[in-house]
Formats: sequence, structure tokens, C-alpha cells
Amino acid sequence: MTPDKLARMANQIARFFESQPGDQAQAVADHINANWAPAMREEFIAHHAAQELHPLVNAALPAIRGRG
Amino acid sequence: MKDLIIPDGIHGPKLSDMGTPAKSGAPVTLVIDGMDVTVPEGTSVMRAAAEAGITVPKLCATDMLEAYGSCRLCMVEIEGMRGTPASCTTPVREGMVVKTQTEQLARLRRGVMELYISDHPLDCLTCAANGDCELQDMAGAVGLRDVRYTPGDNHVETRAGDGANPRYIPRDDSNPYFFYDPSKCIVCMRCVRACEEVQGTFALTVEGRGFDARISTGTEDFLNSDCVSCGACVQACPTATLQEKTVEEIGTPERLIVTTCAYCGVGCSFEAQMRGDQLVRMVPWKDGKANRGHSCVKGRFAWGYANHSDRILSPMIRESITDPWREVSWEEALDFAAEGIKAAQAKHGKDSVGVITSSRCTNEETFLVQKLARAVMGTNNTDTCARVCHSPTGYGLKQTFGTSAGTQDFDSVEQVDCAVVIGANPTDGHPVFGSRLRKRLRQGAKLIVIDPRRIDLLETPHMGEGIHLPLRPGTNVAVLTALAHVIVTEKLYDEAFIRERCDWEEWSDYAEFAADLAHSPEAVEALTGVPAETLRQAARTYAAAPNGAIYYGLGVTEHSQGSTTVIAIANLAMITGNIGRPGVGVNPLRGQNNVQGSCDMGSFPHELPGYRHVSDAATRAIFEAEWHTTLDPEPGLRIPNMLDAAVAGDFKAIYIQGEDILQSDPDTHHVAAGLAAMDCVIVHDLFLNETARYAHVFLPGSTFLEKDGTFTNAERRINRVRRVMAPKAGLADWEATQALANALGAGWSYTHPSQIMAEIARTTPSFAGVTYELIDHMGSVQWPCNEAHPQGSPVMHEDGFVRGKGRFIRTAYVATDERTGPHFPLLLTTGRILSQYNVGAQTRRTENSVWHDQDLLEIHPHDAEQRGINEGDWVRLASRSGETSLRATITDRVAPGVVYTTFHHPDTQANVVTTDNSDWATNCPEYKVTAVQVALSNGPSDWQELYEAQTKLTRRVEAAE
Repeated sequence: MTPDKLARMANQIARFFESQPGDQAQAVADHINANWAPAMREEFIAHHAAQELHPLVNAALPAIRGRG
Repeated sequence: MKDLIIPDGIHGPKLSDMGTPAKSGAPVTLVIDGMDVTVPEGTSVMRAAAEAGITVPKLCATDMLEAYGSCRLCMVEIEGMRGTPASCTTPVREGMVVKTQTEQLARLRRGVMELYISDHPLDCLTCAANGDCELQDMAGAVGLRDVRYTPGDNHVETRAGDGANPRYIPRDDSNPYFFYDPSKCIVCMRCVRACEEVQGTFALTVEGRGFDARISTGTEDFLNSDCVSCGACVQACPTATLQEKTVEEIGTPERLIVTTCAYCGVGCSFEAQMRGDQLVRMVPWKDGKANRGHSCVKGRFAWGYANHSDRILSPMIRESITDPWREVSWEEALDFAAEGIKAAQAKHGKDSVGVITSSRCTNEETFLVQKLARAVMGTNNTDTCARVCHSPTGYGLKQTFGTSAGTQDFDSVEQVDCAVVIGANPTDGHPVFGSRLRKRLRQGAKLIVIDPRRIDLLETPHMGEGIHLPLRPGTNVAVLTALAHVIVTEKLYDEAFIRERCDWEEWSDYAEFAADLAHSPEAVEALTGVPAETLRQAARTYAAAPNGAIYYGLGVTEHSQGSTTVIAIANLAMITGNIGRPGVGVNPLRGQNNVQGSCDMGSFPHELPGYRHVSDAATRAIFEAEWHTTLDPEPGLRIPNMLDAAVAGDFKAIYIQGEDILQSDPDTHHVAAGLAAMDCVIVHDLFLNETARYAHVFLPGSTFLEKDGTFTNAERRINRVRRVMAPKAGLADWEATQALANALGAGWSYTHPSQIMAEIARTTPSFAGVTYELIDHMGSVQWPCNEAHPQGSPVMHEDGFVRGKGRFIRTAYVATDERTGPHFPLLLTTGRILSQYNVGAQTRRTENSVWHDQDLLEIHPHDAEQRGINEGDWVRLASRSGETSLRATITDRVAPGVVYTTFHHPDTQANVVTTDNSDWATNCPEYKVTAVQVALSNGPSDWQELYEAQTKLTRRVEAAE
């Protein structure tokens, strides 16, 4: 899994939720937790610093879980 | 024919032809031949007699078509009426007294038959329809014993006097599947009427009058006519004038087994008509609830692939993909495969392996493959080809309505007043549904098409109002939100429905969002290319229709905003109150025969069967108890994620059942790199498909003719697939999966797919009431089928949404990253055509290729002229992902700036060009938008030539010792 691809996917998710009412950051994190395999989430968390992320993704980061 | 295997309760008179279509109306009682008969008002006397078990002789009447009254054989005597009226065109009346057999009638009928036979060859013994000919039957039924007329003018003899007979027309063999022999034609018009009424193509007509009348395509032959080879005329023909060539070659069938077509998501029911274990013909089953006796060229005729010499019938293995294949026993192949999976897991962890289930295989087979991943391999790395087609439907409809399913049955189309077709091309992709929709359009229903291309549906003969919104690819959300804008701001919404059925707060939020001027048709016109006034007119038409129904296809889902578009569709249906009754709804037209089923069966990595998230402990507990194992609560990898992980070195083994990801998935180079990086690729398929060039184990698959099971079609209808012949490679697919699981130590012991269905019913609430006995009894059943809906559910969300209140969700337009620019100034979109199916693995191995032997690039005359491209020229099609070459065809069906191609042929490799862009929610690939450049070329690209060479290299099979 390449970190830039994961960042692109996360940014795409953020661009959907940025227009939604409610806690947008939580919604982004929930979507990622529910649909990404733990390995993808861990990889993403590990390499996020080097990526250009949507502000919502940055806000969601603390709520994105690793495995278990 | 005898020895019928058909569902219970459908024996008896229904099997035979009732003469005219069924009607609904108040009961009317009449007396026929001394018997009281009660039938609905509007029923013909002929059908009323048939209901009473009395067969009135007939030739031009059949219950698939409206009565026509031309053959005069069905005349009857009715008290108080003069003469001998035709029973097919005479409606019943209360108290009517009918006689179907009198001396007068017998004499008149013999006279009619005598005239027919005087212009018909008497070669019955050697005729292809011998024993299956209504003319022959009727001659017997009316007691014709003598033909008094000496041969005069006729259409039968090749010669007349000393010269050629000018009336004789030679047989037309141009269609690969059936012939037209005018010398046997009795001009009953059944074929012409079937082409009009059932298929809706109007390819046939009658030329000449009186004795000169002949059936004609109006062109030189059938192949070069408008005929789409659906077979309706062949089915309707009472003689051997239009007949399947297989019947001529083999003889008449001796038994029939009702089964389900394995092509598209319409899921037509067919009679597999057999002689021994040889399939003679597939005839659409009149009691099939999806197709109502109709078919298309694929299901009706394109089954020859099942016997094609390319079928691989022995398991094969090889250490390396550069080695030739070695044919081995099932046992050796399965042990080799199991070792490969175990080795990968031992070295790289349990999540380094996965499976892909097939939307071509049965529910039972799909269930087993995902169970293999979850329960035996211990990973949730399971996905299915629905990932690349309808996964956004799953997400979007679950979020808004609460479950991932079309809301209607196909019969619902008969009550539609306005059909909105978005990103779908039913007359090519879902032909039998396309014909049913066209029938409704001819009755006056309105049509709105939202599609970059002008699809054939818009040119339906005799249709009423049609509106085309020719949007720029990638702007679906902007167009649909603009439709909602018009409905909201012009107050065309159904407030009562919204108040009762939807969440009011979410509605208020959505209404405010949609009403924003930024979403008005005028504001988005420049972006979408759709004239604002046309868009407003479409919104008003849909909102005003008593019953508005939306039908959509992959032109909706295969976009970076695929899931948002599905949500926008659900929003439109809810705003207008078009949910929860016949004639309305949201109808995803599923691509493959069992896309619905494979999704239902828990193929997705985040969902257990029945769309329940793996993190839900209560659901896991059900399966853990059933399977005696512990399940992973975390989602697994999706297909594109598996390939990414493979390239990164973390994913090492895969079992792929019935899917050709190398050809069907986007960005071929990336797929190839992923497969090449794996240590153990197990392909389970009918043919050495494109993916198999990277495989280490090949397990031979079985066709739908060779196994038992069920398919679930686009209307959630669970149809039985019945084995009509033994698996040619020894094992049905479910047996092969079980053997692989057992080689991994599973200890499964299913002996029939019905046991697998029982397990599905035990564990999955929406299937709780489903059994093979129920399906056999009812013919088919639509889920949810459980205690609340023991007979299944034709229409969903009748009294409330599955999730409770319907949920409105904002749908902001987000432009795709795939944009045109100076290097790639055109937008490529892709689709399919009638005669070929998906990657063409089956249809290319049939005579269907006479209609489509290569993929063509459709380009607008303006774009072609700028590039100096002429009709039929080789062109190079390039994107940032790759390039390929194919021939161009020039048409204004596509807008300037848009090009279109199909993806049926592996040598075209259209997916070399498509990119790795995908839907934000589900990673469904963005097949429908790729920025490309087109230029003249000399022939195949380097990649195509390299690929061709690799094909030869990777398909070698070692000679048997």
C-alpha cells in the first residue's frame, strides 16, 4: 500500500464529509475505521506526516484506530 | 415432451398456450360447450375455453401476443351472434353461450386448413419442426384428410412450369442461430407481432397483399437487418419457417428443465430443452417472473461456450508463471494450492492471503468462498467483482434507505408513468428489461435519459415524450442535485410523504442545501453541458408523474462520486414520494447475473452475509457458533487494496473464483504488477482467462448448466439454477471450493447446495424463510423472505424504510481528479453492447461475434475531423495510465469532446487506459471517466504486441506423458 494513495483516498473521503452537517472529522474517521483494513490504517497513520492532507483528515487522525 | 423438471403448482393448462394474454377485471361467467366458466372481464372466448380445458384450434393466436384474428381457424358459434366469430378477438360477456365444435365449424375449419396446406410443403417427415409444428397439429385437430387443390401458384416449389418460380424465396441462413424458410410460412404474423409487441424492435414487416404477402426484414437478410436476434419470432413461429438451427441438427428435445440464465442481472428463466444430456435449445420460460417469456440473443442462443474446445477440463499447476502448465489430479492441484496458501500465511501472516468471489457463480458458491476466507483462512480479505460495479449502490442505498437493494420487481415497470434512466443502456446491457420498458414507453410513459451518449432507448419506435440530458462524463452529482434544486425551489416535492416517511430535520437541512442557487440548472449548465431549460423540464416531468421510477447502471456507480450519485438518486425518489409501491422506486440494473447475490452473501470485506458489519459482535456470534471459530472484527482488504498490498510485498496468495481481474479491472499494468508479485495465484474458471497468465494453480470451473444452486437478480429475486448435465471437469464449483477448504483442514461435508442455502437461512435474517422447496413451489422468491414476509417481498419499504426513517444526505459536487488538459483533451467513457457480455469470455466463444468482432472507438465527427480520422481507421488511444489501439467509428451519438468504447475483447485492452481513480466511499473504479488523447496509428500498440506474445508463452500446457 503506498502512503500517497492512502492519503488520496482519505482526502477524497474528507471532500465528501466537508459538506455534511455534524461532526465532520468524526465522520471521516468512522468511515475509514469501518472500511479500511487495519493494515491500511496503520500504514496511513505511520506515514501521514509526509502527505498533503485535507484539514478534515488531519482533524480525524486522532480518531482513526490501529488494529484492535 | 415428458419428464419435466419444473416448479410445483405450475403443471396443468398453464404449460400450454392459452391463446391470448391473461386479463384482469371483474369476473364474468359464461357457458362453453355446456360448462360454466368464470374469467376476468376482457378475456377472450378462446382463453376462457382454455381455462376450462377446451382447446380451440388456432394458428395466429398465442398468449404471448395480443389477439389478431387472421387465421380464422378459431371460429366458434355463439348464441345470439351471427356467423362464426373468431374466439381470439371476441371478448367474453356475462351469460354468453359458446359452442367450440359443431358440424358447421368442423367443415369451415377443414376448409381453412385445406387452403393453408395447399401452399405448404408436405415434407413433414424430414422437416425440422416434425413433432413440434402447430400447423401439423391443427391439420390433425380439424381432421383434414384431403387437399383438393392441384398445385397452382405457390411459394413452395422452386420451379414453376419451365422456369424459376418467381414466388419462391430461398431460405435465409444469415443468422447464426436460426433460419428463415419462407416456403414454410403461413403469414400468421406471429413473428412480426412478437418483434413489435414483445421485443419492440420492429425489424419485421409484411410485404405484399393477399396471396403475395410475405414476411420481410425490409433488407437483404436477417443478419443485415435491425433484427437483434432475441428469438421472440422463432418462439412465436408455429411452423419451421423460423427455427433454431440446433433443432434442425439434433432433433426435437425430449425433456425440459427450468433454470436461470447466467448472463446479466435481469436473471431470465429458461427452459433448458434437452435430448439426453445434450442441450438442444434454451427457450424463455413464460412463467419466469423476471422475463415473462422473453429473452435476448445471449441467454437464448449464446450458450455454445459451454461446449467450447477452449474449456479447460483438468486441474493444472506450475511452480512459476514462466513454466508450462502441468495437468494433474484434483487432489494434487488442491494440495498444491493449500500448501501455497499455508506457506504465505506462515511467512507473511494470516492477512497475506485472500479470495475473490464471483458474481457469475451461485449464491451457495459465493457463500462458501467468503466462508473459506473468514472461517478457514481466518481473514476478512474477501471481495467480489461487485467492487468494480455496484459497490456504491451498496453504500448509498444502505445510508439512505437502510439496505442495499433495488426497491421493486421488474413487473413494476408496467405501472411506470415516467422512467428516468441514468447511466444505463438497457436495450444493450439488460435487453429483456429494455424490451419491457419499451413496451411501457409505447403505452405512453415518459422517458428521461441522463447519459453522455444518445442511447437506443431514446429512439424507441412509437414512444411518447423523451428527454435527453447529455451530460459531460463525471458531472452526475451536479445534474442530479440540480434536479433536486428545481423540485425543492418550485415546491414540486411530496411533503406528506416526507413528513410521514423521512427524517424531517435531515430533510430541512437537505432542502436548504439543494435550494442554494449554486445548484440551480443555470449555475451548473457550463459545468455539465446540460441546457438549464431541458433540465428544469426533466425535473418537472419526473416530479409530476403519478409514478416515477429511476433505473440506473454503472454510469452512476463507476465514478469518483459513485456513492454520492446513488445517494442523490435516493434523495430524488424520497422528495417525490416515489418509494414503496408498484411503478416507482430506485432500481439499480445489476451487471452480472448474481451481483446482487454475491453482495448479499457477504462477499465484501467489511460485511458478513446480509450486509452486517464485521464489527457487530452479535452478528459475528451467530457465525462463530455456526462455524465453530472466531471471526476477525476488523474489515479486510478490497480488490484494489489487495493489489496495492501485493505490490508492496504484503499480500502473497489469492483464490479467484470466476473473475478475470486482469481484463475487467482498471489500470491493467497495476493489476498485472500486483498479480506478478504474488507467490500463489489460484484461478478457478472455465477458460484460461487473462488473469490465469499470472496463475500457479488452475482449477477448472463448471458452467451454470452443470450445477445446482441459486442466482439472485437485480430485483432481489432468488431463482433456481438446475443442473442439466454433469460437470465436465468432474466437480461443480461449490464442490471444488469445499475440496480446497478441506485441503486447508476445514472438514466441510456439504453434499448438495440446498444444505448451504439452509446455512444461509439459519444465519441471515433476510433469507430466513428461503428454502429450495419454497423456490420450487413459488417458481422464485424475492428477499426479504422471513416470518414477516413468508412469500418474499416484490416491493420494499412499503410501510416504512428498512432503516426506519428515510435519510436525506447532502450531495455536493466534487470534480474528479481526472481532468482533460492539453495532453489528454478528450473524455473516454466505456460501456457494452448487446451481443457481447462483459470481458467476452463466454460470448466471444459463440457465434455472437458475427455482430461484434472487435471493440470500436466512437468519436464525434468534429473531433475526428480535427485529427484526420476516417471511419475504420486505426487510432491510438492514450491516457496517463497507458495506451492501446483500436479502430474508430464516427458518430454523433457521443458529444464533441467525448469518446466511447466497449471492453469485450482482450486484445483491445481498454483497461490499459483506465486509471486507478475510484469512488470515495467504496473504491469502485472510475471506469466512466478517463482523460485521453486520440490520434491516427498504424496498428496495435507495443503493449498489445507484447501482450500477444506473452499470451502464447503463459498458456503453454505440457504434453501429457
